[in-house]
This record gives sequence, structure tokens and C-alpha cells, in this order.
Amino acid sequence: MVKQVFKKPESLKENIYHYCPGCGHSIIHRLIAEVIDEFGIREKTIGVPPAGCAVLAYNYLDVDMGEAPHGRAVAVATGIKRARPDFVVFTYQGDGDIAAIGTAETIHAANRGERLTVIFVNNGVYGMTGGQMAPTTLLGQITTTTPGGRVGLRDGYPLDLSQMLAVAAGSVYVERTSVTSPKNVIKTKKAIKKAFQVQMDDLGFSLVEILSPCPTNWKLSSVDSCKRINEEVVKNYPLKVIKDTTQTNG
Amino acid sequence: MMTITKTIFSGFGGQGVLMMGYVLATSGMHEDKHVAYLPAYGAEVRGGTANCTITISNEPIASPVASFPDFAVLMNTPSVLRFEGKVKAGGVVFLNKDLVDVMPKRSDIEVVQVPVNSIAQNLGNPRSANMVMIGALVAKTGLVSLSTVVESVKEIFATKGLKVHEINAQAIKQGAAFVQKNNP
Amino acid sequence: MRGSHVIAEAATLAGCRFYAGYPITPQNELPEYMSGRFAKLEDATFIQAESELAAINILMGASMTGARVMTSSSSPGISLKQEGISYMAGMELPAVIVNIMRGGPGLGNIAPSQQDYFQATRGGGHGGYRTIVLAPYSGQELVTLTMKAFDLADTYRMPVVLLGDGLIGQMMEPVTFPEPVDPATLPKKEWTLSGAKGRDSRLIASLLLDPVKMEQHNWKLARKYETISQRETAYEPYLLDDATLAVVAFGTAARIAKGAVNRARKEGIKAGLFRPITLWPFPETELKTLAGKVKHILVFEMNLGQMLEDVRLSVGTEAAIHFHGRPGGIISTPQEIADVIIKLAYRHELD
Repeated sequence: MVKQVFKKPESLKENIYHYCPGCGHSIIHRLIAEVIDEFGIREKTIGVPPAGCAVLAYNYLDVDMGEAPHGRAVAVATGIKRARPDFVVFTYQGDGDIAAIGTAETIHAANRGERLTVIFVNNGVYGMTGGQMAPTTLLGQITTTTPGGRVGLRDGYPLDLSQMLAVAAGSVYVERTSVTSPKNVIKTKKAIKKAFQVQMDDLGFSLVEILSPCPTNWKLSSVDSCKRINEEVVKNYPLKVIKDTTQTNG
Repeated sequence: MMTITKTIFSGFGGQGVLMMGYVLATSGMHEDKHVAYLPAYGAEVRGGTANCTITISNEPIASPVASFPDFAVLMNTPSVLRFEGKVKAGGVVFLNKDLVDVMPKRSDIEVVQVPVNSIAQNLGNPRSANMVMIGALVAKTGLVSLSTVVESVKEIFATKGLKVHEINAQAIKQGAAFVQKNNP
Repeated sequence: MRGSHVIAEAATLAGCRFYAGYPITPQNELPEYMSGRFAKLEDATFIQAESELAAINILMGASMTGARVMTSSSSPGISLKQEGISYMAGMELPAVIVNIMRGGPGLGNIAPSQQDYFQATRGGGHGGYRTIVLAPYSGQELVTLTMKAFDLADTYRMPVVLLGDGLIGQMMEPVTFPEPVDPATLPKKEWTLSGAKGRDSRLIASLLLDPVKMEQHNWKLARKYETISQRETAYEPYLLDDATLAVVAFGTAARIAKGAVNRARKEGIKAGLFRPITLWPFPETELKTLAGKVKHILVFEMNLGQMLEDVRLSVGTEAAIHFHGRPGGIISTPQEIADVIIKLAYRHELD
């Protein structure tokens, strides 16, 4: 008799991922699906995907989803949540989506303490459009629009959006994790779970920033991409709980 | 026969200029006339001056804007400078005698001067100066009846209590009496 | 009651329970009233957003859940909202969008204008969509058309634009309101995001990467727009039965034109008024029929000739088309328009 030790979460569809080999999106999708399953909230969860590689997240996550224009995911999610406070609403956004074109919407939603959970996937480039500089791109990093490397006083400095959001009085829980190792994946899942819990406890805004590899645009192997995150990226974006006021707010 | 009259109210913010217009429009409405109330809005509203235009008509109102008003109620000197030239020939200008220190130069309009602040002061409520003026306006022009104005004011200030209403009614009547005596 | 307040109250009576907006003159009285009105309702949400962009996208999310939703703004703010309006047209989401127009382009001024006719009637944003455009011209019509806008938006699942201007938004006229609609009694929407319970998970999106599917969707929208053109066109005829000259005007301009027509009639000129109430769909057929009878048409707008193009498309060579317009927030007097009518009558020997 065969014992099943690994299976597809209920909240994940059968479709095969279109993501590049070594991309972090597929892992993160699965983690979200697992968390939704574990809370048993599939029937009352609404997701808002971004513009970017994960625009097709609805092909994989088996919950109701509503598309948002580029950068406006948090605004659309605000409308859904305010109209139906009984729903659990999350957005799934990349760094260009949330930290460049959608900065204003995101900061103000956090400031209003919208009961939303943001999954912020930071890979330091615009992936879908072909690897252009993102707000989170590191100094000196070569991209298709910074061929000589990013220069702070010309191209701007790496933007730490999570740190900015932690300043907003309405944000309750902000944590940065990565998916570069099984240990980090487990930590990420724990963080996502906590972020959903914060929303369900009606405490305020919650966000998990996940450092994620983009081997294709970084022009590195999957292994080297993870190594780059562990050795370089974390120096700019350290993995930690950036804000947690669940105790004081609870 | 078409009768359509346009009245402009103008003064400093705080003089109850928009309220005068609102009272006149409400009174016209209670007499089943067509009315339109158009406040000046925008940057100038925040600048401390206020004005509004009231159209009262016995047929539907085409334009609520008054290029050439029949009547102008001017509560301060800047308003006189601004609107004197626009009043229709044969029209009537009502001046707040206590605050306006210029006289219109035109000879084809009638000027009615009412010391509304003094009258209101004597009544014990300086803030009812605008009610004195609306009494004067209505008594002189017959746009609506005085009793309708009193009733409309009572309705608009329904939450303010009996005492306020009595002062307002007194102010309206004294404004009317002043005009009947000095500018019949 | 002030025009902006009338719209807000009528929306509430129509069962609108979600408003998101951002301050801009001359429509601030609308959100101000709405915030107070909604505070008294347990099931209503008012959000002052951080920008027009945020407001329209918040509205989009709320509409996905099936709520009756509204936003309001004035010209520059409506430009910012075009992003969301295009998405909502693509996703077939109902919403009522109020534009209290001001002078432009750019920041322009805050005086009443009709300079956004093109933007409103041609969709406004990218992607070749349409919005139904209603043009109220009186306080009472603000009530009826605001309420109707919500029904149209739900029936056809699309954004509906209520196109007014600073004058109609600021002016107070007596109005009467009908009985309120109980949102619970409205027809149930079967397409909303309501949680994947007892059914497959649902997606509301405008993204259709496959050109074949995108074309099918565009055709679906086109068929819907065709149905609306056939069913929902509305206009008001005024003194047209014996008219030799018809003025065509909408909104505030139509009000002024009505006064002008009355004055021209006193001079013995058989003038009438054709007032489109829906600007899209434009009452083409009705205007073409009229053109066969009147020979001369005077288009009057508070811009430099935008609806004029629709009149030309409708009328063709059936009648001579003349135009008078004042842009930038200038409000013509009824006498000014009457003078134009009288001159035309003399020049063309109209009786």
C-alpha cells in the first residue's frame, strides 16, 4: 500500500506553471494555496493579481480573483474588502507594481489600515517586460535599462518599500523573507499565515515581502540566483520582521 | 405674461449673503414660482467675498445666470464697485448704509440705503442684519410676500428655537418698515 | 437643493452604497454630502481616496462584489480616472461616474463648460469602448437620470457617465424625490466575486492574451453597444412641430437655448429645440428625421464644436448646419443665442 506524503493543495489548480525554471512565483503560489487550505477559507478568499509575470496567477490559484490595473491592486482590493468585509482579500504584487507605479495606493492603504494582506514578491527587476531596472534594483546591478549598472544619483537608490510601509500607523505586520532554501520557504509560509491571521483578526494592514530569484533576467543559474540573494540582496534588504504590533493592536 | 426677475446678493463672507439668497429662493418656491439659486463658487469663495444670484419666474428658467440683474443687494463697498454697473436700467440697488461708503454714480437706477447693522444691533442680535435687508428687499420689490419670508426663515432655522425665530421675524419686519417709511 | 447634493441623494435612493472619490472643484459638495449621508447607513461605504486613480480602482473592486457604486470628479480628475473606466468597460463592471465639467484643457478653470463631450462620448480611455452618457439639464432631471444611470449600468454591465457642468452642480432648484430603492430587492448579479462556494472559482479580468478571444470579446461588447443604441436613446423635442429652424443643445446649453427659442418665437420665428438626453448613444435617427423637415439646424455648445460632429454625422446633407459655441467657462445668455437665431432667420428668409 502506498502512503501519500505530498499532494497538491486544494486551492491550487491542476495547470502547469508557465514560469521560468528557478522562478520563485511557483513556490510562493503554492505557499499561499497551502495557507488558504489550512485556514479553510477558500470559499471566502478573493485574490487580486498584478500586472507582471504573475498576472496569470489566477490560472493556478483556485479562488475568486479580480484583476487590477498595473500598481492598483491594493486599491482594487480595498474596494472588494470594504464592500465585503467578511471576505479574506489578498493582493499579489511584484516590486515594479507595488514600489514604483503603485507606491501611492500602497502607502495610503497601509495608512488607512485596510484589512488586506499583500504578498510582495521582490526580484529586483521588471521580469515580464524583459528585465528593466525596478525601484528595488541594487546599486551597480546591470539591467536592460541600466547597461552600465544602476547609479544612485542618476537612476535612484534601491527603495525599501516595506520599511516605508512600517512607518504607516495603519500597518500592523510587515516581514521580509526569502524562498532560497527549505528553511526560508518554511519561514515564508509562516509569515504568510501570520499576515492572513492579522487580517482575519481585523487588526490592520499586513504585508510579506519575499525576496525571490529571477534567473532569466539576472542571467544566472537557479543555484547562483539563490546564492546572490543570500549573499548580496539581503545586505540591502535584510530578512526580518520589520514591524509587528499584533500584540499592542490586539 | 412672462415675469422673470434676477437678484444678486453680494458682500463679505459672514454677512449672511448666501443665506439671504437661500431665503428668497425658498420663499419663491413656497409661492409655487420657478426658482433657481446660483452661488458664485471657486477660488473667489475662499477669498472672503460671497455672492449669489436668485432667479424667480412664473415660467421655467432658461439661464440662472444674471448678466443684468433687476435688483442688487450690496452689503459692502467692494460689492458696489463690482455690481453697480451691471444692474438693469430702472433696477433697484439695496445698500448696507452702515458699511458702504460710496454711492452709485448712475442716475438710471434707484438706490435704497438701509442701515441694517444698526437696526440689527438695536434688536439685540447683530447677526440678524441680513434678515433686516431681506425684509427691506421684499417690501420694496414685492418679489414674494413678507409673510412667506417669515415662514421660510422659520422653517430654515427650525432647529434654532423660538427666540431666534422671534428676532429674525422682528428683523424682517423692521427692514420692511424702514423701506416703507423712507423709500415707498 | 444644490445640484451636487441632488445627485448624491438620488444615488443613495437608487441603492448606491459605495462611493470613492477625491476632492476637485466644482463637485466637492457631492462627496461632502455623500460622506454625511452614508454615515447614517449601516451598509454604505464612503472612501476619500488619495487620488482619482485610487478612487476609480477602489470603485472597481467594490463593483466586482456586486455593489451599486459611484464616483464623481471634474474634468482633470476624470482624465485620471480613464484608466479604471477602460478596465471596467473591458471587465463589464457597472459603475456610475459623474463628471461636473469645467473649462480646459489642462488645469483650465472651474467655470461651467461642455469641453469633455468628445472624451465622454468616445469612451475616453484606451481600447475602443463606449460608456453610456447622460446629460441632465435641470434639478429634477438630475434625480431621474442619476437613478436611471444605476439601472443602465447594471442592465448592461458597464460604466455610465453622468455629464454635467459647474452650473448644474452648483445651482439650487426645487426637486421631488421618489421612494428609495432597497438594495436587497435589486436583481441578483450572477457574475460577482462572492467566494468559490459550491461552484468553480471565478475570474473578473480584462486580460485576453489570445487575439481570437480578444476579438470575440470586442464583438460581444460591440453587440451590446448596438443593443443600447437601439433601445436607450433619449431626447426631448421642444416646439419642433412647426419649426423651420431647430437648435440642438444639451445640458446647461439646452436650458439657455430653450430661453432663446422662446425669445425667437416672440419675434415670430418658428424656432424649436432638439435636446439629446443621451449623448451616447446619440439620437441620430430622430435628428435625421427632423433634419428632413427643418432645413436649418443651429448647434449650440459650451465648447467650440464637439457634439457638432455627431450632428453632422446624423444629418448629412439633409439640412444646413450652423454652429455657435463659447468655450472656457463663458455662459451665453438666452438673448445671445436668440440673436444668432434671429440673424439666421433673416439671412435665410425663414418664417
